[in-house]
Amino acid sequence: MAITSVKNLKEFSTSNERFEGAHLLCPGCAHSMIVRELMNCTDDNLVIATNTGCLEVSTAVYPYTSWDTSWIHIGFENAATAASGAEAMYKARKRKGTLKDPDASVKFVAFGGDGSTYDIGFQWLSGAVERGHDFTYICLDNENYANTGGQRSSSTPIGATTSTAQAGRVSYGKKEKKKDMVAIMAAHGAPYVAQLAPNKWKIMAQGFQKALETKGPCFINTVSACTTEWKFDPKDTIHLTDLATDSLMFPVYEIINGHELNILYRPKTIVPVEEYLNAQGRYKHLFKPENKHVIEEIKKGITETWEMLQRREEARV
Amino acid sequence: MRGAAATEKRGMRELGAEKLVGWDEVTHGVVINSFEGDAANIASLTSEERIYSDFNSYTATVASWRVVKPVYNRDICIDCQNCWVWCPDTSIISRDKQMLGIDYDHCKGCGVCVEVCPTNPKSLLMFIEAEENDSALSQWPEKKKKEKE
Ligand code: SF4
Ligand code: SF4
Repeated sequence: MAITSVKNLKEFSTSNERFEGAHLLCPGCAHSMIVRELMNCTDDNLVIATNTGCLEVSTAVYPYTSWDTSWIHIGFENAATAASGAEAMYKARKRKGTLKDPDASVKFVAFGGDGSTYDIGFQWLSGAVERGHDFTYICLDNENYANTGGQRSSSTPIGATTSTAQAGRVSYGKKEKKKDMVAIMAAHGAPYVAQLAPNKWKIMAQGFQKALETKGPCFINTVSACTTEWKFDPKDTIHLTDLATDSLMFPVYEIINGHELNILYRPKTIVPVEEYLNAQGRYKHLFKPENKHVIEEIKKGITETWEMLQRREEARV
Repeated sequence: MRGAAATEKRGMRELGAEKLVGWDEVTHGVVINSFEGDAANIASLTSEERIYSDFNSYTATVASWRVVKPVYNRDICIDCQNCWVWCPDTSIISRDKQMLGIDYDHCKGCGVCVEVCPTNPKSLLMFIEAEENDSALSQWPEKKKKEKE
């Protein structure tokens, strides 16, 4: 495969853009940072399927497309299905010798939000990974259904207020914990699974390249800060993502073949999670005295996850 | 010249319905081409070398979204490319490892580039949209001294 050098930013910046501007994502949206980096980190021909969500509605508003590659829009649940179908067809045509350019290097990628990945498209994704298609599924995880008005998804963390799990006099927002999608996908035995973040651009680009190079189904969960629903100033997208990775709210790690876990980023100093929570409107209510226990619960969750990840890294299980 | 074909179309249109075929006249399963002609080697061509089709959002503009805009000061920039990698709107123009400037047709004025710029003073600063760039550059702040802790 033709890899773009990501040794340093200067070299990476010589790659040609394949995700065009004048899409309609909100100013400061992390979705486009992530998608653009995926497309810039390789020269291969890409076949990309995107299911319904912010990314799809904002990049293909008729008569415009922002995609400089083959791109399919598909229903809310089917990004993995479309990508695996295209990949199966490509393999069949290669075998029959009916491809126009049989030597071209082609990669299949699917993008979905957390609504489609964690909830609506979950069984389709599971099926595609179980069938072992050679594709990479990237979840743009902004922890809610941002495209339809900020409803809770099974990725929304405990304590966040959403339009369907609102904080108020009796409720502190969502009561359930975030689903551990990375572990679930690793349990499928997928050859490469990771959780990456756009503030760590190099780790993210290297992770994308690993996934594209790996034969078989790969899954990557990316942290995508949402200025509109998380409620922060658009200029702070990267700063907020720094707080997310450095407070260990979003640990950055990979799992190879379902058991080799590597932590890819260890913050020098761990930022108190209050700083991350306090920087967003969706957690403001947690700082009322009656909600203190939710912050304690979030902290406990972070410590347990970090402990678990370190143990798994050591034990290789 | 191929380059001219791409530049000619830059930011011609505000996003909206144009003279192109309307959605109702389009049959199911429509294919929209991002480029004119063969696009097999697109990844090896710069924007100037490509022939964008009228369907590519590269030919459209979202400049009217902005109330504030980033202004770029070449004299201080160290070409680190932080602004390039994190701009969510493909609006930092870099060629041959050099930052060349801002693409005002596609920039939405989010301010991310200013936040991630590491120089002192910053090489990118936000100004109100109506400010002329020359006048913005003449007001550039001095190097900030490290504050004593
Ligand atoms: S203000 Fe935002 S959109 Fe404009 S160039 Fe800077 S980062 Fe890009
Ligand atoms: S972030 Fe600042 S110093 Fe770095 S390339 Fe951009 S303008 Fe120049």
